[in-house]
Amino acid sequence: MIAAMDSSAPAILVRDLNKSYGNVHAVRGIDFEVARGEVFGLLGPNGAGKTTTVEVLEGYRTRTSGIVSVLGHDPASRPRALRERVGIVLQDSGVYRHATVRELVAHWAGFYPAPRDVDEVIELAGLRASEDVLARRLSGGQARRLDFALALVGDPELIFLDEPTTGFDPAARRAAWETIRALAELGKTVLLTTHYLDEAQALCDRVAIVKGGRILAVGAPAQLGVGTASRYRVSWRDDDGEIVTRETDDPTALLHQLTSAALARGVGLADLSVSRPSLEDVYLELTTEAVAGPEAIEGKRGR
Amino acid sequence: MTDALALTWRQYRLERKMFWRNPSAAFFNFVLPLLFLALFGTIFSGSQSDLDVIVPGIAGMSIMTTTFVALAMNMVFLREQGVLKRLRGTPLPSGAYLGGLAAHAVTNTAIQLSIVIAAGAALMGVGLPDNWLELAVFVVAGVGCFAALGVALSHAIPNFDSAPAYVNAIFLPVVVISGVFYDAENAPTFLRDIGEVLPLTHLIDGLSAAMVTGAPFADHLSDLVVVLVWGAIGVFFAIRGFSWEARRG
Repeated sequence: MIAAMDSSAPAILVRDLNKSYGNVHAVRGIDFEVARGEVFGLLGPNGAGKTTTVEVLEGYRTRTSGIVSVLGHDPASRPRALRERVGIVLQDSGVYRHATVRELVAHWAGFYPAPRDVDEVIELAGLRASEDVLARRLSGGQARRLDFALALVGDPELIFLDEPTTGFDPAARRAAWETIRALAELGKTVLLTTHYLDEAQALCDRVAIVKGGRILAVGAPAQLGVGTASRYRVSWRDDDGEIVTRETDDPTALLHQLTSAALARGVGLADLSVSRPSLEDVYLELTTEAVAGPEAIEGKRGR
Repeated sequence: MTDALALTWRQYRLERKMFWRNPSAAFFNFVLPLLFLALFGTIFSGSQSDLDVIVPGIAGMSIMTTTFVALAMNMVFLREQGVLKRLRGTPLPSGAYLGGLAAHAVTNTAIQLSIVIAAGAALMGVGLPDNWLELAVFVVAGVGCFAALGVALSHAIPNFDSAPAYVNAIFLPVVVISGVFYDAENAPTFLRDIGEVLPLTHLIDGLSAAMVTGAPFADHLSDLVVVLVWGAIGVFFAIRGFSWEARRG
């Protein structure tokens, strides 16, 4: 409770978290912190242990060992005071099929001491047009919006999103991203899991790359790129039509050389591009390396 | 406390609303037992002694369908759909949730019993119950017993596809052995012995005393005890095996 009152304390603190199911060691010593107001992502392939980690934080699973604090509470005992301040979007969960969107949002609002306005939440989740539709008639994308609405109606400080856009078409993904950005602007803390790199890059202040139940790297998406493979990559098509790629720490000098040589010879530089190592490069580098490790085979089942 | 009661009430109202919007649930809960009542009423229309057995028998069966059958099916469905998991992540106390669900089942029982009693009195010459207090005691015990057993059974059912098989494999033999459709006294000894162990036989005995024979409560205390013992077993397993999550592969 002391930590709960201290606004500088992290929203989530995880130290040496372990979780086993029988012989399967799904989470193997994870450490991370999420600051208040931060959007934090757990990024990793399927079965990395992301959902297990999040479900320990949500109070659905008890940990095998380690220290976990969520808004100053231990989620294992599922105190109601904590559940009132947390919103959860599960990977896959149903609702009362014969209730309308509006009825469900209004019913859920009644669970919380200081809910948000039902209309406002319906609007925020993009459900205005389908507020009188029965839950069983909603499309996949609309059902996901309803998941958001039900998680947000209690006006939570902290929101868990477990693979919020898996299975979405591109337009629905953009819409979901807008909703998540709006939450961040409201000062909410968000912990999301994803196996989409672009999603982590687009939404997260910081990302932890998870694989085989361990965190391989943590940092801001841009910094993760700089930290591990710092060189710029310059590529162009040469006279024979082949793509040439050079890595350099000083792209300005290299470009100057290339362009002046091309101008001198009176030819163009087809397909010239300069890129920094993306999160994708780092992710692939880290997760591919880890496949060689012995735990990759055992640690397959992550949820 | 008032907060928990208010939440129970809200949950109850939602369950009622959902129930009426799902025609198949409403059908199985109300129309089926009444159909049985009409059928057997017609078959035995010449014999008052048979009708005197059928009406409390159908009343007992109604209690079992509105609690045991309905809850076992419902819990498996809600578990499989992930509704239980989602609710568990909210501040709704589990007591308020289960309270709302139980009150919903009790309402269905009350509606259905009223129809059975009214039909028995108006159309089947059974008359109104002689002992309302005795009736109330047995109905409450029966509802508690079969509701708990229904929740307990739901834990043993692996998925919703197999739920009707599990539920009917228990419900149909129990209904027949317990003498819903005939006087259990006339059954072969081995069936009667099995029936003597089952709660529905004793519930029907108690209902029969309250509704038809007017036998004093004191004569049926042992029936009440059997129902309560089954209820205690049901509560134990209902709580012990409770799972909010669908089983994985």
